[in-house]
Amino acid sequence: MCLAIPGKILETEERGGNRTARVQFGGITKQIYLDFVPEAGVGEYVMVHVGFAISRVDAEEAERTYRLLESLGLLESELGAASDVRN
Amino acid sequence: MKYIDEYRDQRIAHALVAEIRRRGTRHWVLMEICGGQTHTLMRYGIDELLPGSVELVHGPGCPVCVTPLETIDKAIQLGLRPDVILVSYGDMLRVPGSRSDLFRVRAAGGDVRVVYSPMEALKIARTNPQRKVVFFAIGFETTAPANAMAVWQARREGLENFSMLVSHVLVPPAIRLLLKSPRNRVQGFIAPGHVCTVMGSREYQLLAREFRVPIVVGGFEPVDLLEAINMLVVQLEEGRAEVENQYVRSVSHEGNVLAQQLLESVFEVCDRKWRGIGSIPQSGYRLRPEFAAYDAEQLFGLAEPGVQEPPECVSAEVLQGLKKPPDCAMFATRCTPEAPLGAPMVSAEGACAAYYLYRRCAVAT
Repeated sequence: MCLAIPGKILETEERGGNRTARVQFGGITKQIYLDFVPEAGVGEYVMVHVGFAISRVDAEEAERTYRLLESLGLLESELGAASDVRN
Repeated sequence: MKYIDEYRDQRIAHALVAEIRRRGTRHWVLMEICGGQTHTLMRYGIDELLPGSVELVHGPGCPVCVTPLETIDKAIQLGLRPDVILVSYGDMLRVPGSRSDLFRVRAAGGDVRVVYSPMEALKIARTNPQRKVVFFAIGFETTAPANAMAVWQARREGLENFSMLVSHVLVPPAIRLLLKSPRNRVQGFIAPGHVCTVMGSREYQLLAREFRVPIVVGGFEPVDLLEAINMLVVQLEEGRAEVENQYVRSVSHEGNVLAQQLLESVFEVCDRKWRGIGSIPQSGYRLRPEFAAYDAEQLFGLAEPGVQEPPECVSAEVLQGLKKPPDCAMFATRCTPEAPLGAPMVSAEGACAAYYLYRRCAVAT
């Protein structure tokens, strides 16, 4: 129920007093309300829940933390045999 | 898909499991609050990957599961009225009320419709001016802003045939209740990432301080959850009890301020009954008096039915993390997703349904 999915803003428009966007999720696009993230622009990713964007994905933070995780993964593959013994 | 696929990377997941194993020297009991997170843990078998020193128990964060029986019965009363179109999120249709469910209401000729967004319910109201359109507004803090926007918009448009049956619940009071219970075993919490996307992490700092319990705001993909578990284990091993944020790509400390302002304008905090748990003080939202014209309970004078849960269902204990689904004698025998006795078997996010779907049932065949 509380699932929110990241999607990419393709274009934005005004619709009956609400700011909306066409947002792409993998292969499908949906019209999404931007009332809660009015500053989000084309090309950015937003987290979407029941038709509303609830946050802008912080691309820098995501990149930084993912690099950390990835280096942990790489380290683990390199030390694979050793860590198996340790565990 | 970007921001999803990379958080399902097996190599990183295994590295995190190894890290958790290295860090843990004692047995720790952790709870994920959110049913969406329970679903991920079961779907990817994370509970089986983790070392025995980490025990996961599953929290009450499934809004479909905790919506009180009385409220389901009220929705059923509304759905049976010929002048009403009852609009709901899809998950609610199969939830058993005391005698029926919304699917059966629809089969009996009731006009019950499913939408993805509450804004679609407004569209139905605009195109059916001669009918009364009631939206069944359930959910946690994640969903509340969208539902609030629907009411706000209805008032702005002067849409007089739209109203809401509101049954919103809030996460922090439920955590407080669990922590105050003398039977509590939980030593660390994974806080729900999308609730915190809206509300920020401030409320959780009060809980962490008051109960000296570590809380990590976590995301919904396997790598997110494993990282959150690791962060909790590290805190527990080091004797810390802080709020940390694993889900930084979506959650900020202050949350979504615009959404919070709208919630504040439309709803007020009230005591709320949770199915299986009972009344929790200050744990829900109801419409403010200035939005009374949109409150279906007042508009339709709905009767408060006195109803009882099936006595053999142990969902109360499951929802509080005191029992696991297979501890119930009815699990996967008399209670299945096709014929659920209690709400946690209904929604895919309910702990019982997640165990059933992903075969965590050591059932004699």
